Amino acid sequence: MDTPLLEVKNLRVEFPTRRGTLVAVDDVSFALAAGEVLGVVGESGAGKSMTGSAIIGLLEPPGRIAAGQVLLEGKRIDNLPYEQMRRIRGRKIGAIFQDPLTSLNPLYTVGRQLTETIVTHLDLSAAQARTRAIELLADTGIPAPERRIDHYPHQFSGGMRQRVVIALALAANPRLVVADEPTTALDVSIQAQIISLLKKLCREHGTAVMLVTHDMGVIAETADRVAVMYAGRIAEIGPVGDVIHRPQHPYTAGLMGSIPAMGHETERLAQIEGSMPRLTDIPTGCAYHPRCPKAFERCQRERPELLPAGASHAACWLHDAGSQRRVA
Amino acid sequence: MSAVPRSAADPDADVVVRATDIAKVFDVSPPWLNRVLERKPRSLLHAVDGVSFEIRRGETLALVGESGCGKSTVARLLVGLYTPSRGKVEFFGHDLREITTAQGRSLRQKLQMIFQDPYASLNPRWRVGQIIAEPLRAHGLMKDPAQVTARVDDLLKLVRLSPADRDKYPHQFSGGQRQRISIARALATHPEFLVCDEPTSALDVSVQAQVLNLMKDLQREMGLTYLFISHNLAVVHHISDRVGVMYLGKLVELAPKKTLFAQPLHPYTRMLLDAIPDLEMSGRARTPVAGEVPNPLNPPSGCTFHPRCPHANERCKREAPATRVIVRDAHSTQVACHAVEEGRL
Repeated sequence: MDTPLLEVKNLRVEFPTRRGTLVAVDDVSFALAAGEVLGVVGESGAGKSMTGSAIIGLLEPPGRIAAGQVLLEGKRIDNLPYEQMRRIRGRKIGAIFQDPLTSLNPLYTVGRQLTETIVTHLDLSAAQARTRAIELLADTGIPAPERRIDHYPHQFSGGMRQRVVIALALAANPRLVVADEPTTALDVSIQAQIISLLKKLCREHGTAVMLVTHDMGVIAETADRVAVMYAGRIAEIGPVGDVIHRPQHPYTAGLMGSIPAMGHETERLAQIEGSMPRLTDIPTGCAYHPRCPKAFERCQRERPELLPAGASHAACWLHDAGSQRRVA
Repeated sequence: MSAVPRSAADPDADVVVRATDIAKVFDVSPPWLNRVLERKPRSLLHAVDGVSFEIRRGETLALVGESGCGKSTVARLLVGLYTPSRGKVEFFGHDLREITTAQGRSLRQKLQMIFQDPYASLNPRWRVGQIIAEPLRAHGLMKDPAQVTARVDDLLKLVRLSPADRDKYPHQFSGGQRQRISIARALATHPEFLVCDEPTSALDVSVQAQVLNLMKDLQREMGLTYLFISHNLAVVHHISDRVGVMYLGKLVELAPKKTLFAQPLHPYTRMLLDAIPDLEMSGRARTPVAGEVPNPLNPPSGCTFHPRCPHANERCKREAPATRVIVRDAHSTQVACHAVEEGRL
């Protein structure tokens, strides 16, 4: 069974505007194996949330997939009509977003929302669905689930609501869960609880996770592999330990250097000068070259592809043995 | 330039701010008619409930805690945006509430604040130059427009922005640049003490690094004292000298940074440190965290942490612990915990 669960090939997401077309995701490709956790990390504007939305089919118009393919279990899902995609969403792909208040309908009880998902995607009666919903709430650590199933979202605290959202995402036993900043809005002690819950449940169900976040710490704890995005492109992708401890792309190295670490004491944090380019001003060649301490002539002209670099792949000409490069 | 001359023999000469048993209670009761008709009780929120600490010149004291712990309220009490319901805040030895005279007003210039939201803390209809010059005008420090412009230019350069930026509007800048503008504005009156309420929480990690480095540089160059509020322990580890941990309005532990991170005493501090994601990937075993922060309107009895504490006993449910000072290796830690006091930890 060598077909990856999810394959993204040359994905391009565009936003037509009055002043021209903005490219939010520019030729992004990666694959996800069954049961794997892939972290997609990047700062604001890197395009990571857009990639997640494009995969689930929830891009807000006028944003659209302009090129490329998204394949789930070998079949294309990016070009499906709305009804077919709706059936896949929920059944095969679950989604967890940042703000549980927007993921849950405030007008319906939690039980109603869970049973609706279960009945839509699985062949169960209403009574069976309710039993399953209570089990799901119990699995996500909500105390007294048989009572809380009839509560409304506003009757839960933030951390509890996010557990309900996780239960909802896993309700129909999807193969893949796309989680977009699932713990950012939560307190740090609750974050730890939610992360370990997500890991445990996904491991138990064999569900693959695409975890989109700006928080490297969460990635370090949860992911098997990680993709670092910059200006709509993947800068580096590889096993999580390698990317964090042996970054191959200057941007990843800069990012890791700027995170205050508890292990050692530094007077100054390594800082990357400047800021991520706006979508209207993406530099030619390698998008990172204006800020890169190791940029050379080729970086301004040609956009690098992902090249093998150590145990990972990095989109950086420093790793192309054939090109002339300055000694670091 | 300190406002009050003090003798060199005074051990408190170095204390910039002292908070003594400060408390802030907000009345969030439903309206009187509702209370009468629906028999609803009064509702009081004890956002801060008896916090004491002092900060010395040149020091950075960090206050950490999760939502609802009262750290932002403490920040506002310290700059005088709120009046304490109990206790007092002293700035260079003067009670903040007594500052009404001209001398008092000059003292207020020494005290400034930087806020969390770079998008809400700058008036979108004012140009950056006007925003930075506002404190100068408010305190009547400079009248001559040429002088004001020169000072604004200096401040912009100080925060690594360009004098040309003075004619732009806030929306033309990124989050990190807006925070620099807030810092420039805060520095306009030559302050000595800055209260920073989560100044980097809304920023990306690489931008955060720039702002934190800037703040450290400025502290060194200008001899500033900081109160730094944050929920991010890694940032706090980087920038602070001493750290105070708050929970539901109380200060549960206060210690020098290295001592707090290496040998935390209070069970809540240990829980918080344990919850930090492990970037080093050392594979350390983590004790799972129990429960969530209770509703501050209805806090638990006795020690408010007892429902989540693995070491709670009967006394913890009845009696709120008093703050004791524990000295280890010449460093003193303030901690409020029965288990620590009884030697159970």
